[in-house]
Amino acid sequence: MTSPALSESATLDAARLREDFPILQQEVNGHPLVYLDSGATSQKPRQVLQAEYDFLTRSNAAVHRGAHTLAAEATDLFEDARATVARFVGAREEQLVWTSGATQGLNLVAYSIGNATLGRGAPASARLALQPGDEIVATETEHHANLIPWQELAARTGAVLRHIPVSDDGRLDVDAAAQIIGERTRIVAFSHVSNVLGIVNPVAEIVALARTVGALTVLDACQSAPHMRLDLPAMGVDLAVFSGHKMLGPYGVGGLYGRSEILEAMPPFLTGGSMITTVTLDEAGYLPPPQRFEAGTQPIGPAIGLAAAVSYLEDAGMSAVHAHEVRLAARMREGLVDIPGIRLLGDAEGAERVGLWSFVVDGVHAHDAGQFLDAQGIAVRVGHHCAAPLHRRFGVTASVRASAALYNTDADVDALVDAVSGIRSYFGVNE
Amino acid sequence: MNGLDSLYQELILDHSKHPHGQGLSSEEGRTASSHQHNPMCGDDITLRVRVDDAGERIVDLSWEGSGCSISQASASMLAALIEEDGGDAGLPRTDAVKLITGFREALRSRGAIPLDEETFADAAALSGVSKFSARVKCAMLAWVALEDALARA
Repeated sequence: MTSPALSESATLDAARLREDFPILQQEVNGHPLVYLDSGATSQKPRQVLQAEYDFLTRSNAAVHRGAHTLAAEATDLFEDARATVARFVGAREEQLVWTSGATQGLNLVAYSIGNATLGRGAPASARLALQPGDEIVATETEHHANLIPWQELAARTGAVLRHIPVSDDGRLDVDAAAQIIGERTRIVAFSHVSNVLGIVNPVAEIVALARTVGALTVLDACQSAPHMRLDLPAMGVDLAVFSGHKMLGPYGVGGLYGRSEILEAMPPFLTGGSMITTVTLDEAGYLPPPQRFEAGTQPIGPAIGLAAAVSYLEDAGMSAVHAHEVRLAARMREGLVDIPGIRLLGDAEGAERVGLWSFVVDGVHAHDAGQFLDAQGIAVRVGHHCAAPLHRRFGVTASVRASAALYNTDADVDALVDAVSGIRSYFGVNE
Repeated sequence: MNGLDSLYQELILDHSKHPHGQGLSSEEGRTASSHQHNPMCGDDITLRVRVDDAGERIVDLSWEGSGCSISQASASMLAALIEEDGGDAGLPRTDAVKLITGFREALRSRGAIPLDEETFADAAALSGVSKFSARVKCAMLAWVALEDALARA
């Protein structure tokens, strides 16, 4: 699983790592591919593909059932994968629920709380039940996946959804949060890193505010898990989600971390096979977490692939990955900030960040800017990045987002900066 | 011409900067409007048509919107085309529907069917869009709006 260049060290040899990513070796539109859309989905190293291939060609079988050898092997690999991924975020294996991705993880939590509100899972779930007028607090910066499930939960339960505002420079307004999070607050849902702004949010401060009032904290760690070392239990959040495909892993798998006492209090969301104890025609008993939340056949191959992905990240060294990407972010800012007509979103001075910048090109729609960059082989995201309210907050409908991962190099950043400097003249916008 | 230039022809950039028919008309009569939005990129257009009393001819077309240069140029080119083809009498509704159908067919052809200048005038410059499948919706937005408005006018 390990590559020679992947030793734990302070620096990271991105040029060497790139050799593990077959997709990065190609040309796009006559230019070497510059992939700067890892915030949407990361590329996958061959170690991940190999892990899935090995599973499917040697050990494939349904898990947690069947007496045959392959079933036992598959179950061991599947549960080993859970332990590996749990360890990657500082958790124990029983604290990690497999999901199809962060969206499903957040919906699982919201629907479970909705079910608790209906009395399902009582008496253990009573602590999670909402009353009309209770408050759910999210932020203005959230991805739609960490917004709409709460809108729906509020609509189903009579709870009120409130939002922590973001300052003009992209930082969450913690003073406002202290006003908003109060006695009626039952849930505080927020992202670790905004997928538009790239700024690391003050988790400790928000968790402290939530704890003071006994509110449940739900963290969207999609944009942090691939880029920095996470110790979710130490961060003090009650629940957290991440997506496998954004962290070098396969599609269709993700994780929900929960503090044990919270997961144990949660009634199930999806129900069916593999999550039950005894079943009669009229009712069923449920397994403890994490199986309680894993109805139906799970994404076994992808889970094993995700374990290979986090092993790859750990071999590279998460502190080295983080340092590398922080450096790329600084280089990107340095290049972009001097280009006339480019406005960076969330350019808060001194903010802790990942390797991601969104920007607006004055006089050129983001879609056109992205097309121009694509013609030079540069892949970026354009649009509202599933965070329309945040774009509205900044007075724009769309932006261009460049997001780096461990396999990006200075040359990638320089190619981006060089190309961005040509956008406005191509579209005939006067400087 | 490289791929990008075949998409962003001079004519397209001209229309997007100096759009034709922009600004919704407030003239009374037999009118209908359509609002179309592309949730992927935020392109947004409201298009208004006025037809004659018999409902057979388009006598006025106006629009307003925001979005990428392709969506804005396409709306402008459509407005110009309907106005030129209609002359003083106005364009028969059936001719407009034929134009929309032909435009859609060409745009969805992945470059196989070009738009001819004689029929589509400046809008023929949008032929290149059909090779960029992610942008076809941008170019179609105004035409879908016209189709929708006509159905209700």
